[in-house]
Amino acid sequence: MSEYLPNIIFVSILFFGLYFFVRNLNRLYRNINLGKEINTRDNKKQRLLNMCKIALGQGKIIKRPVSGILHVIVYIGFIVINIELLEIVLDGLLGTHRLFSNYLGSLYGYLIATFELLAVLVIISVSIFWIRRNVIKIKRFFGDNMKGWPKNDANFILYFEVILMTLFITMNAADLRFQEMNSGNLISSYVADFFKGYSNDSLHIIERVCWWAHIIGILIFMNYLYFSKHLHILLAFPNTYFAKLNNLGEINNLNSVTKEVKLMMDPDMAFSNDGTDSEEIEKFGASDVMDLNKLQLLNSYSCTECGRCTSVCPANITGKKLSPRKIMMDTRDRIEEVGKNIDMNKDVFVPDGKSLLNDYISKEELWACTSCNACVEECPISIDPLSIILDMRRYLVMEESSAPLELNNMMSNIENNGAPWPYNQMDRLNWKE
Amino acid sequence: MENNLHIKTMSEYAAEGKEPEILFWVGCAGSFDDRAKKITKAFVKILNSINLEFAVLGTEESCTGDPAKRSGNEFLFQMQAMSNIEVLNSYSVKTIVTTCPHCFNTIKNEYPSLGGEYKVLHHTQFLNNLLKDGRLKIEGGEYKGKKITYHDPCYLGRANNEYQAPRELIQKLELELIEMKRCKSKGLCCGAGGAQMFKDAEKGNKEINIERTEEALNTKTSIIAAGCPFCNTMISDGVKAKEKENDVKVLDIVELIVTAQDL
Repeated sequence: MSEYLPNIIFVSILFFGLYFFVRNLNRLYRNINLGKEINTRDNKKQRLLNMCKIALGQGKIIKRPVSGILHVIVYIGFIVINIELLEIVLDGLLGTHRLFSNYLGSLYGYLIATFELLAVLVIISVSIFWIRRNVIKIKRFFGDNMKGWPKNDANFILYFEVILMTLFITMNAADLRFQEMNSGNLISSYVADFFKGYSNDSLHIIERVCWWAHIIGILIFMNYLYFSKHLHILLAFPNTYFAKLNNLGEINNLNSVTKEVKLMMDPDMAFSNDGTDSEEIEKFGASDVMDLNKLQLLNSYSCTECGRCTSVCPANITGKKLSPRKIMMDTRDRIEEVGKNIDMNKDVFVPDGKSLLNDYISKEELWACTSCNACVEECPISIDPLSIILDMRRYLVMEESSAPLELNNMMSNIENNGAPWPYNQMDRLNWKE
Repeated sequence: MENNLHIKTMSEYAAEGKEPEILFWVGCAGSFDDRAKKITKAFVKILNSINLEFAVLGTEESCTGDPAKRSGNEFLFQMQAMSNIEVLNSYSVKTIVTTCPHCFNTIKNEYPSLGGEYKVLHHTQFLNNLLKDGRLKIEGGEYKGKKITYHDPCYLGRANNEYQAPRELIQKLELELIEMKRCKSKGLCCGAGGAQMFKDAEKGNKEINIERTEEALNTKTSIIAAGCPFCNTMISDGVKAKEKENDVKVLDIVELIVTAQDL
């Protein structure tokens, strides 16, 4: 019995790790589905292509070369080193040691050498990330709401990655049999030099401790994702798949409004209705997260808070309160709050007297936007903060009638004389005089 | 001079039982704003110079609804859109050319699902097409070798991915284009979009048009070209605020063509 103890412990840890991870994914899925439907079933080919180019191929992040290349290194490292994870899990389940080495022959050495090289490159890249964030203090990592959790979260992720990679290399270095094979220990052979003079027993203990810490660390990290901006490593894929395909300049036409406007312009339509129209009056625009659509909520969970959007926002550059990143972070914070409310109240949302508008995002922020699409263009994973801003403006204007006075004047001009200024429509051709 | 402009309305064409090649959508700025009216006229001069048959809607034209939509007033936008579409469809309009990227974007992208499907071109795209078809000739004239910078309007550039057409025209004018650091897809907004033109900016430490104008002035060129009446106003204001209006001209690309070709 006791000889199977490690296997049993491993299975239990793996089970709990996966159990909580799946539970979090379910919660995520539930929360995103609190949003309104949006049709994203069209054009599957183009969507797939976008996902391959932007998420899989890192096509947009690379536009800023320094952070872009560093990101690509960490990304490739993450994906490739996960192959090693498969061996670790199988070893843990079966009680084997380096299972793949028995089957892959010399290829195994090349594989592990690649992992080790990538592990070092990841450590270097992550260290540079840390320096950019904490020593050089690059501006876009600060400002608006980047204090407290967002700041710590960013650093925790970097620490996690360094620790996991270090454990991986130390594990290899302390693995006597692996070092004796002398194939694939590209980096760990140098670390192994430090262990000269250690007894075989202590080396075995170091190797085992690193092995367990590495796999437990990965499971913890996996469960940390849901609470972190690091969730983008999963959501960047669906996010780029579902992202808007049309020209950025196009803002959706609200169907509910179309119906009403058609009725107004053609009153006969009201009578030709067959009477089955029992829809309740729809709320126009968004004052809370449930008024947003699923894609907008997915956007908020996908955001990595990199701040490229805010760094190019003309309003933010000139000192206004608006920050597209904050729009996304606020949306996520609020949908999380709503989700917790639902969890605590037996699957129903009990109104908490709060809303995304005012409690999170102020009118001042919303009215500062020039709708220039710089934030949308800049986002490495095609998040659209502008659509949230515009949906909230729609609520302010159509439900609350609380546009700034000058905009109300502009709108009544359009209504009365077909131009944003008080000129008579009959004078529209006077320019030729 | 002004009276030499040859302009016909859509209803005049209809009365003659004829159809023009294009409808020129003048836009509110192009119709009423003193600065933008000059751009409108410049465009018409070019069309007249090659005897291109075009019509305007005149008093039948109304705001596309862009500033209303971007302020959040979807009702007003759709009312404007639907009544404009009614007018346009009644004349069976097929091709629309506009000197304003906001009108361009709205008619091109937001009218189709409301029943208004047209081929919509920004004036720089249209002129560039004419150039390629050999119907329009452009030479450098008095601008030859002068330095210029070009400000990408958000609603032409990022919103609709048109960065080349205006640049190709500038190249034809034999001007030396000095790009700002923030150009093309990274172009900085002039500050007018999203209905900001019609209100004061929120509290901040700078006006957006000043930020952009400073960047344009840093190119040390004597001309700042734009392709949007609103960008033109914002940057002209910026140049005035920087007291550079005697050294630097803010011009639409059609104005450059008119001067260069001595139209």
